[in-house]
Amino acid sequence: MEAKAPVPGRDGPVPLFAAYGIVKRFGSFTANDGIDLEIRAGEIHALLGENGAGKSTLMKILYGLLEPTEGVVTHRGDVVRLANPEAARALGIGMVFQHFSLCENLTVAENIALVMPRSLGPKALKQKIAGVGAAYGLKLDPDRPVWSLSAGERQRIEIIRCLLQEPRLIILDEPTSVLTPSEADGLFVVLERLRDEGRALLYISHRLDEVRRLCSRATILRGGKVVGACDPRQESARSLAAMMVGAQIGEVKPASKKALGRERLVIDHLALPAPGLHGTALRDVSLTVSGGEIVAIAGIAGNGQAELFDALSGEALAPKPGMIRIDGTAAGRLGINARRRLRAGFVPEERNGHAAAPSLSLSDNAVLSRHATGGLSRLGILRVAAAKALAQAVIGAFDVRKAGPDPAAGTLSGGNLQKFLVGREILAEPGVLVVNQPTWGVDALAAAHIRQALIDLAARGAAILVISQDLDEVFEIAGRIAVLNHGALSWAMPACETSREAVGLLMGGEAAAEEPPLRQARTGTLAHAR
Amino acid sequence: MDALSPILAFAAAVAIGGIVVAAMGRSPAAAFVTYFIAPLSEIWSLQEVALKAAPLALIATGLAFCFRANIWNIGAEGQFVVGGLFGGWIAVATHGMAGPTFWVLPAMLIAGTLAGAAYAMIPALLKVKLGVSEILTSLMLVYVAELLLDYMARGPLRDPAGYNFPQSVTFDDAARLPYLMEGDSLHAGVLIALAAVVIATFVLARTLFGFEVRVLGASPRAARFAGFSDARLTMAVFAISGGAAGLAGIAEVAGKIGQLQPSISPGYGFTAIIVAFLGRLSPVGILVAALVIALTTIGGEGAQIDLKLPLDLTRAFQGLLLALVLGADALSRYQVRLVPGVVR
Repeated sequence: MEAKAPVPGRDGPVPLFAAYGIVKRFGSFTANDGIDLEIRAGEIHALLGENGAGKSTLMKILYGLLEPTEGVVTHRGDVVRLANPEAARALGIGMVFQHFSLCENLTVAENIALVMPRSLGPKALKQKIAGVGAAYGLKLDPDRPVWSLSAGERQRIEIIRCLLQEPRLIILDEPTSVLTPSEADGLFVVLERLRDEGRALLYISHRLDEVRRLCSRATILRGGKVVGACDPRQESARSLAAMMVGAQIGEVKPASKKALGRERLVIDHLALPAPGLHGTALRDVSLTVSGGEIVAIAGIAGNGQAELFDALSGEALAPKPGMIRIDGTAAGRLGINARRRLRAGFVPEERNGHAAAPSLSLSDNAVLSRHATGGLSRLGILRVAAAKALAQAVIGAFDVRKAGPDPAAGTLSGGNLQKFLVGREILAEPGVLVVNQPTWGVDALAAAHIRQALIDLAARGAAILVISQDLDEVFEIAGRIAVLNHGALSWAMPACETSREAVGLLMGGEAAAEEPPLRQARTGTLAHAR
Repeated sequence: MDALSPILAFAAAVAIGGIVVAAMGRSPAAAFVTYFIAPLSEIWSLQEVALKAAPLALIATGLAFCFRANIWNIGAEGQFVVGGLFGGWIAVATHGMAGPTFWVLPAMLIAGTLAGAAYAMIPALLKVKLGVSEILTSLMLVYVAELLLDYMARGPLRDPAGYNFPQSVTFDDAARLPYLMEGDSLHAGVLIALAAVVIATFVLARTLFGFEVRVLGASPRAARFAGFSDARLTMAVFAISGGAAGLAGIAEVAGKIGQLQPSISPGYGFTAIIVAFLGRLSPVGILVAALVIALTTIGGEGAQIDLKLPLDLTRAFQGLLLALVLGADALSRYQVRLVPGVVR
């Protein structure tokens, strides 16, 4: 490795850092599949893609947190091995993580001192912090304890920490996800200044407006592969969205001809503050789901899906009872079991630890969500035989493969456990079913089984709300589609009148579609994929 | 594997204990006999073992509810003392009273249980309302309880005719737990402990409440999904463990001791934490563990007399046993892999 150069100027055709043919496999799953990426000094390079596209894996490889199965990373054309983050930092690669790693009870300076060499005294350190802060407009009081800071201020600590290492490549992972719009604007000014100094920035995001504003080049990933490279300033948000979600123009679904039943689930101007620093506030969410239909809420993870699910299930209570109505009953202030007694069922996203207790048996897990409604206890005493029978009924009806008669839930494969958990709710014949990511991390066969079960349940008159990041799934099963972005829900468009592009655009945070929806989306004139 | 690991841990503890004994210049074989065989060979020492095991089993059974739910009541010792104090207070107040006395003992047991439960409500409420760590508060309240008892036994509740000895009057017969057999030391407190084990086994395995406790400990998020309130459960398990400790306290005072003294516990409330984990938080396992710990304690007394081995050795052995049981648990579930050169 050559001697530490000062921040380099714009260099020629040899990229500052590059990755060629990167393959990363986790077991049988290929997270990165032959990725090439070149990053030049003096550019902000966007890495775009949906959740699960392979962005995080690639970023971890570049920062030395993961080693690639195949492929090489080069620095100014020389192959380098990034065995750990120290090696990456020694080469001048710095990283600003999405989730901060700060000690809340220490001060700003102490948090920064944690990653600096010991030889640096507290006084010199504070001077350095002040110096960097002044140079980049990152105002921070070094003596403030971290717990008293806002998300934006905490991120400044991470950025200063990163800058004090004199990085030549800065990787930013979803840096605006925790920021308010004005904080984000302040961040962009800093990033542009860093770029103008000749540093390289790798900007990971799925917010198209930011990428178009900041970045001069973009690499788009989908399914672990590079599916496009472009100058985002020359592209429309629509075309970027199309590349991200893999639009297949003209794919439309015939309208459902069935008459819908009565309104069974009504969300009426639901607003909820964010539950924590990394949570998302729900902003004036309204949606009606009628008997016999499946409505899907698309969106990129972290835009309020978990918060919306909790509000619907009753794990978080709405401010007013009327904000959520189940079959006409104001349920916003009712707990989850009271909502279950209104014949509502819920399947959370996280299987292990939320929908199921992994260390408990399947029959115990049947009791978990059905104890209030399934006749599984009498006078406070469990009816163990009834619970076992219910578990067996679910196992039989949903073809759940498992070892032993009543194994712990955690021993099942993801797909089989998900079939059990969906089946547990469907066998109760709910009038309203809310499912968050029904087939997340589930093999194709189990996913098809689950989707079919949802479609059949709707056909029997239930109102089903599916929250999903998987656009294939959304278009396969839903009659109407709404998009959740930054905690706000778009109008629910009939699936036959919209396209993946239009949905992808909304997911990327472009202005919500006006009612009526984008008619032109069907015309195919916007084809831009690849 | 789950059943085997405590046995292996016990064998390892005996082996290490034997090495220590040998290093102290005594015969490990003789020590083994004194610790583990001699207490089982005579009726009176068997009764002593049962008397020691009863409060341990009762307290640890209550603690099992807390620990199963991942709630850390470390203050059973204090709840034990408060139970003994308030139950014993009734005995002192009714001392020499005319009229029917059949109600005195039941009232003492109820008062002791309620006092222990109420004392446990302090850390429970602080945790639920203010988010204060129950580990610290429950532990610190132990010292408050001990000093309170010390004050009461030396002050307000002292026997006025007791030559200024710091102790209360000797309880009337109506305020004593009956002996199981005439002439023996075994009292009805042993039956209370056995009943608690049976009831707790049923509650944990077969009731909705026991299910709530298990789910809360296994996955708090899943417990919320099940609609269980963790605040309510926290209060409930504190009340149960505090009540059990308080009952054990009054049973000790009304059974073995027969009066209030500045100190009524040789650390039962702390030893019970070891017993709860040795018994893997299952009531039946706890009963076995309580008997093993009681056995080593009685055996340790014999070893002090016969082999001049210090009491501390017994304590060290009990601690060693717990460390090894927990270690064996970890090793039976995880594989140790040495990874060179990785710094995290």
